[in-house]
Amino acid sequence: MTRVHPKTKEFIAKMALRGIAAVVILTLVSIVGYVIVKGVAVIDLKFLFGQPRSMGREGGVFPFIVSSIYITVISLAVSIPLGLGSAIYLTEYRAEGWATKVIRFGIDCLAGIPSIVLGLFGFSFFVKFLHLSWSLLSGGLTVSLMILPFIIRSSEEAIRAVPQSYREVAFAAGGTKWQSVTRVVLPCALPGVMTGIILAIGKCVGETASVIFTAGTSLRTPQSVFDSGRTLAIHFYLLVRETGASDMAYGSAATLLIAILSVNFTAYYLMRRFLRRVS
Amino acid sequence: MGFGLWLWAFGFEFTVALVTDTQEQTVKISARDFSFSYGTQTALRRINLDIRPHEIFTIIGPARSGKTTFLRCLNRMNDAIPNVRYEGQVLLDGADLFGKGVDVSELRRRLGMVFAMPVALPKSIFNNLALGPRMRGIRGKRRLSALVEESLKAAYLWDEVKDRLHESARNLSGGQQQRLCLARAMALEPEVLLLDEPCSGLDPISTRKIEEALVELKSRYTIILVTNVTAQAARVGDRTAFFLMGEMIECGATEKLFTRPDDPRTSDYITGKFG
Repeated sequence: MTRVHPKTKEFIAKMALRGIAAVVILTLVSIVGYVIVKGVAVIDLKFLFGQPRSMGREGGVFPFIVSSIYITVISLAVSIPLGLGSAIYLTEYRAEGWATKVIRFGIDCLAGIPSIVLGLFGFSFFVKFLHLSWSLLSGGLTVSLMILPFIIRSSEEAIRAVPQSYREVAFAAGGTKWQSVTRVVLPCALPGVMTGIILAIGKCVGETASVIFTAGTSLRTPQSVFDSGRTLAIHFYLLVRETGASDMAYGSAATLLIAILSVNFTAYYLMRRFLRRVS
Repeated sequence: MGFGLWLWAFGFEFTVALVTDTQEQTVKISARDFSFSYGTQTALRRINLDIRPHEIFTIIGPARSGKTTFLRCLNRMNDAIPNVRYEGQVLLDGADLFGKGVDVSELRRRLGMVFAMPVALPKSIFNNLALGPRMRGIRGKRRLSALVEESLKAAYLWDEVKDRLHESARNLSGGQQQRLCLARAMALEPEVLLLDEPCSGLDPISTRKIEEALVELKSRYTIILVTNVTAQAARVGDRTAFFLMGEMIECGATEKLFTRPDDPRTSDYITGKFG
């Protein structure tokens, strides 16, 4: 048997890896491109800021954009403090032991619950038991349960990546634990924490299963968090399922995608500017 | 009888007062039968030594001899290790470091520390130095600027960085970063500087700059310097202690310890027979 020359192997490996990368990028580009190309035709100011007519077959998607923003803001407002707080507690305030293991196991279980099951829980707990009815508040709280484990995990990783020596500097300078966290650890972990939050925003905006159960599908523009509302993602789903208005569906899908992409780009841009300032 | 007792008591008090008074002048830090252990490991065994104000006290010894551990006991950085046990006493100006009600934050401010590896936080030079003062509540911009300038000058770094105080401290060279750490410790306005092998990763020129700074700083601080380089102890130390496997073997004037050590283990170490 002849031995394959290492240089030949190198060549094959390089080509194979390039091929894999190309497949991944092509898939991504074609999905995003397809949706945007099909949807962008219906997107104009009237579409973005108009009211829907005849169940969304015509008109705009303004109420759904507002509902999506409500859901995202509510769930982030709940899950960022809770998630970051848990991550700080687990990494800085609690030595590794059975307690942290139990908590982490719980977080992983929460992360593993299918969103439709969380939706059922949200329905019976927030909508029925707490009498919040079908509302953006119920929906936002339910979605926050879904992204909470995600935010905890990503913040934890980011905090853990801050070198121990940085903390020692803070302690040696007379700092308390809380001061070392707020003045040294969190600023250093911020990029990682932010990345987690940005990905979580994508999940919030795109979530359907649990939101249908908890926020409802009202077509009206919500006036407060206690109103029912329909997010863009749900609108898209209902358009396809119930009305068959596929061009309008692609329009809302494209809006959704463009919104998520622009949130990501702005966040990364801001973060890079911030990073350049500090380091 | 009553008068005699009074006289005796007075005399006793007088002696005590006299002793503590003179001690305050000649001893800054005093370890008395001090032992330190964590878990089942005993890291330091019955250390007895006195450190005088405004001297450079160097601690030498091979790896794992306990010299860094001793240094980290002084500002209680070892508290973070699980299951630590302190026995005996370490007195700072006559007060036990491990006594009840000791404010650890204030203690660490009084004993500024520089670590073996220079750690420049990913912040600007200014914010690196202002960290400690800000944490104890100093907010005024002028006060902070003054502190920053003063400590940078004392660390011989001011001229090199005065025009870029708001640039990242990570862009400094290794030697500059270590002087930044020295300045950061001095920005705490401490009484004692604890230096843990501050020149271990530095080139000879940077080392010389730090050593020059230390000799200069002696008038303002008591300096305790742990070093792996015996020559460094010989160059800058007023008095030197030799640690070996958690025990203090010998302590005395640097010149005497290096020329006429009492213990054969000391002479073996400084002549390079082991370690």
